[in-house]
Amino acid sequence: MKKPILELKNVTSGYNEIQVLKDISIEVFEGEIVTLIGGNGAGKTTTLMTISNIVPATSGEILYYGKPIHKKPADVLPGIGLCQVPEGRRIFPRLSVENNLEMGAFLRKDHKKIAEDIEYIYQLFPILKERKKQPGGALSGGEQQMLAIGRAIMGRPKLLLLDEPSLGLAPLITLKIFEIIEEINKKGTTVLLRLCNGNGKNYRQRYR
Amino acid sequence: MEYFIQQLINGLTLGGIYALIALGYTMVYGIIQLINFAHGEFFAAGGYMGVILLSFLSANGYLATNPWLCLSGSIILAMIYCSLLATGVEKIAYKPLRKSSRLSVLLSALGMSIFIQNGLMLTQGVYDKPYPSIFSGGGFDFGNIKISYMQIVILLITILLLVFLNILVFKTRIGKAMRATAQDKTMSSLVGIKSDRVISITFIIGASLAAAAGIMVGMYYGSVGYNMGFVPGIKAFAAAVLGGIGNITGAMIGGLLIGIIEIFGAGYISSEYKDVFAFIILIGVLYFMPTGIMGENVDDTRV
Repeated sequence: MKKPILELKNVTSGYNEIQVLKDISIEVFEGEIVTLIGGNGAGKTTTLMTISNIVPATSGEILYYGKPIHKKPADVLPGIGLCQVPEGRRIFPRLSVENNLEMGAFLRKDHKKIAEDIEYIYQLFPILKERKKQPGGALSGGEQQMLAIGRAIMGRPKLLLLDEPSLGLAPLITLKIFEIIEEINKKGTTVLLRLCNGNGKNYRQRYR
Repeated sequence: MEYFIQQLINGLTLGGIYALIALGYTMVYGIIQLINFAHGEFFAAGGYMGVILLSFLSANGYLATNPWLCLSGSIILAMIYCSLLATGVEKIAYKPLRKSSRLSVLLSALGMSIFIQNGLMLTQGVYDKPYPSIFSGGGFDFGNIKISYMQIVILLITILLLVFLNILVFKTRIGKAMRATAQDKTMSSLVGIKSDRVISITFIIGASLAAAAGIMVGMYYGSVGYNMGFVPGIKAFAAAVLGGIGNITGAMIGGLLIGIIEIFGAGYISSEYKDVFAFIILIGVLYFMPTGIMGENVDDTRV
């Protein structure tokens, strides 16, 4: 049996005194698309934020390729291939679209490949190429979502955490975004996806 | 008319210096929403470092033969010194309070300001120190308009530093990291930016610009005093607010405007009240236009 790329063992976490996650355990295997689903306030976003160590785990273990990462600062994780598209997209509003994409590759040094990857993102989302000089904050919601996914792909993730990529988007754009998620998955990126409604197609679903 | 142009030139010289100080306030505010009240002290410390170095060079006769080399060398050393000072202040007084309320950091900044000012007084004495004369005397005359060599030197150094800063913030990798951190700290750590390091670098840049301004003010007025950081510090703060706090271009414009307004006020109304004009502007801006000239989110020149 394959070893999991990501493993949460009895993880507890929360904000100050409010405990949100209690003893959760998840396994994600290489090459999978796994979805987290659950009602409002179930802790899906907190789970992703805990994996990225923005919200530190108070107990339990998070293993990435078998090595513990829950003690590592959030800013080293993109360097080892763990990227997240957080809730609310979080585009840098006053950086241009192109600068936003470049920030996704902040820890990479291979400048030639970065330029190629930017072109690849523009192929996936031609609208971003048209708007590459505009500030990120000037884009529509759907375009910002594309930019957020593009920015995460720029980090060449091995494991991509996606928080609700379809929130507030028109059905056609949602379809397009899921196509692209499948495409990068075929290229070798494992995806942990958080959804709140059940439109996760036939991905292997986990409930908490 | 000639009087007007003369005052305009004087105003631009002073305004450029205010702009350099205002940038430190605005950049630090942009990145951690702190009004760094100790910033004026970096300016004073730079002025003192300048007087120590230039007096030494002057006593050895280097200053008369190589004024440009001595001045630029002294400015660079003072900038390095103030960078170290700012790093220390940030580590001791601000970093441990990063998760506390903004009020505690503000009080810590006020405390640091008093501490450094008294440190300067204890080590350098309570009396003003004279600056060795450099680029003094001589200049260009256009009828009744006179531009001294010193004003030209000050304007040149100011322009050079402002251009350098713009390239640093808008073109380099570290500048982009600074702007990203100012806009969204959580997201910037999700793409791998070390926010603590970026914050330290912001303090270093602000303090080194203030150090250069300190030397130029010392040169311009001919002396430095331990409490010289207070009034120009507050005026530069007014400039940063006028330009729209957090906005780099705004701080430059605000600095120039405050300098020009101060000189015009002194020239046309009363020189006794020269310090008052900057504060009238500060109150007026806070009252009628709290976001300042460049306002928030007007464009992407905010850090």
